[in-house]
Amino acid sequence: MVNVRMVKYLLKRALVLYLTVVIAVYMTILIANMGGYVDEIVKSEIRLEIAMKLRANPAYRSLPESELNKLIEARYQAEIRRRGLDQPFLIRSFWYLYDALSLNLGRAMYMTSDSGSSQVRVIILERLPQTVMLFTTAVVINFFIHLFLGLYLSRNYGSFLDKLFVYLAPTSVIPGWFYGIFLILIFASWLHVLPYGGLVDVPPPRDPVLYALSVLKHMILPLSSWIISGFFLGVYSSRTFFLIFSTEDYVEAAVAKGLPPRMVEFKYILRPALPPIITNLALNLIASWGGAIITETVFNWPGLGLVTYEAIGYFDVPVIVGITVIYAYLLAATVFILDLLYGILDPRIRAGAAEGVVV
Amino acid sequence: MSAYPVAAEFGFKAIVKELFSYKTGILAIALLLLLIGISVYAVVAIPYDEAVRLWRAGEMTWLKNPRNAAPVWIELFVGKKLPRTIILSSAKGEASKVKEGRRVVIEYSFDYSYDDFPSEITLFFSAKYGGEPPVVKVYWLRPDGEEFFLANYTLRSPDDKYYISNDFKLETRLETFIIKERLRGKPSFAITVERALFLAYTGKLEVLKGKYKMRLEATLASEGDDLDADLVVYGKVHGFTGTDHLRRPLSIALLWGTPIALAFGLTASLVTTLAQLVIAAISGWYGGKVDSLLQRITEVYMILPFLPILIMVSMFYKIDIWTLLVVVIVLSIFGPGVKTMRALVMQIKNYPFIEAALAYGASGKRIIFLYIIPRVLPLVVPGLISAVPSYVFLEAALSFLGIGDPNVPTWGKIINDAFSEGALYKGYFYWVIEPSIMLILTALAFSFLGFALDKIVNPRLKEL
Repeated sequence: MVNVRMVKYLLKRALVLYLTVVIAVYMTILIANMGGYVDEIVKSEIRLEIAMKLRANPAYRSLPESELNKLIEARYQAEIRRRGLDQPFLIRSFWYLYDALSLNLGRAMYMTSDSGSSQVRVIILERLPQTVMLFTTAVVINFFIHLFLGLYLSRNYGSFLDKLFVYLAPTSVIPGWFYGIFLILIFASWLHVLPYGGLVDVPPPRDPVLYALSVLKHMILPLSSWIISGFFLGVYSSRTFFLIFSTEDYVEAAVAKGLPPRMVEFKYILRPALPPIITNLALNLIASWGGAIITETVFNWPGLGLVTYEAIGYFDVPVIVGITVIYAYLLAATVFILDLLYGILDPRIRAGAAEGVVV
Repeated sequence: MSAYPVAAEFGFKAIVKELFSYKTGILAIALLLLLIGISVYAVVAIPYDEAVRLWRAGEMTWLKNPRNAAPVWIELFVGKKLPRTIILSSAKGEASKVKEGRRVVIEYSFDYSYDDFPSEITLFFSAKYGGEPPVVKVYWLRPDGEEFFLANYTLRSPDDKYYISNDFKLETRLETFIIKERLRGKPSFAITVERALFLAYTGKLEVLKGKYKMRLEATLASEGDDLDADLVVYGKVHGFTGTDHLRRPLSIALLWGTPIALAFGLTASLVTTLAQLVIAAISGWYGGKVDSLLQRITEVYMILPFLPILIMVSMFYKIDIWTLLVVVIVLSIFGPGVKTMRALVMQIKNYPFIEAALAYGASGKRIIFLYIIPRVLPLVVPGLISAVPSYVFLEAALSFLGIGDPNVPTWGKIINDAFSEGALYKGYFYWVIEPSIMLILTALAFSFLGFALDKIVNPRLKEL
């Protein structure tokens, strides 16, 4: 069913998405380097380090001061050339861009992973599981709660519960980390039943089962904070969304035919509403992989958000750029795959593909 | 699919009138008026520079406030009467002072009827001397008639302070005495100086209520010298808001946080929404190359990591809160809102009144600013209002991370202080709860208002 117009459209879309990624990553490189200022910091650090090393070396102690300075200068220049720092920043920024885009993430400037590696790839991969475990779980749980409660409310439109959700929807403007503070206050400081934060107990249990249980215990509060925060608005939005879909003629026809309510719900309301729901879920899942800087700080959760925050604190450009480029690729790839899927699955979109009405 | 049908014209009066027909609308307006009232009071009562000065002044300004004192209303939950701070100044005549030649006797007396011990006791001297400093003997008289000799204190400077609570020698002496002579056994609690001075000898941790006295007998080096002293018995509660670890009353930051939060949130939301509207109108109206360029820029913005970039910028350049506001706006201008608004513009693009404008030869600029934007504006107002809290929380989040403007007293700053001082571990709940309540009130006010307005300008939501 894939025709030439479709292929052409997808190719164009892929190109545009890639360009978007390139520009976004380049902007991040410029900002993270403070427009080249970070280089000056690095250069002065290199000079200091070389000078300290040579001065501390007994072999050079008898050297006159001017000779020593010359030696320092020569070593410094060599090191600058070795690291490519003698090139102007503008030229090097494109090298950084090339490295980032080819996922050659290199070494961190100051940070190390928990296992001691300074490879950016290792630093990121080490923290990714924790982030995915917490926030992807939160997104998935939220997705199902919102979907099914929303569907239920839309079928029980006007009931007390329905009205309650309509009234309480505005409470969701309060972000998850903020609810987190309250949860810590209640369950950790006051009731002493759950930990303040962190990943596992200290010291970590040796037994894998106990270890897993300990991690689960530490996940309860951060997870709840995200579920509570999104709860009312999420259910309200999906309920409203389903209500709009259930006023379609074909749903009325199905009800008039006397089909069982469950069948109407799943086959006549949920099925056609699926594409935007899937889009939403996919984008939320991708977003969850970046972690959440503030929630992770509140709960001291060792995920990607906390790494990002630490990297910014250390001016560690390679780590910041590494996280950004991975995220950008993931996002672009997801958008492209969604485009592709809709192009194949949805006849309405397939017809309109040339005009670009996707997503 | 757009949930927004393009609505009819709205009058301001009609909207307000309809707003009052919703319970949430009334609640929102009441909350908003309260917040505006607090803001006006803050701005009038404490000028901005004064507020910043008081907040940044350091501990010296607040010496006579108790440290980490809870707010007064905490008594409702604790169920006992907690001590207020007692300040008695001999210079102001709040104590009896007799000066005979080189001898000065100052006697303070006060009633103590609280159910808890004070948090600290300190003497603030202010002496006048040329040669040798005065030597002060300090005595403590309890309601049961017992008298303690506290110290023989030689002033080290004219404005020296005697931190009675930190006198460890005294603490050991009193502890030994009370355990040996009065309680005849080691109690289950530690005996600190404040406890020793105020303890009822029942074996339980109870305060002896009644009239306490402190007597200072000072010997001056010459007749021309003089000595005055303030006795401060620090309480455990202070005012309606309590104090923080630097003895500052939280009320300053709670009050001033309000106008700052409102100004920050409203400005960010207003400017961002209007800018997005203009971009959407240009993009939708001109179409073609302009449209695709603007849409591509929007997509680049969607990939840029918003929060990390914001943190980077504020960390690298150490910007103040108003520069931060500009950065937030710049980073939000090409937000996802542009896409939804563009969809609205596309809907009304072919309406007859636009055709009429084209027919009389109106320029593109004229159509965008006089025909399209006024028509779409009412539809984006609810979103504008609902977005205010997210910017308020953004500022709070940055302050919480410790990278906000250090000079400005904001709610986020209080929460940051509370967290870094371990308020949740130490049980100073008021420290976190007070700024949080302000944040929640602000969030709910705008959020409820936004939702109510949404129902008014999008009548279709009313049926749902």
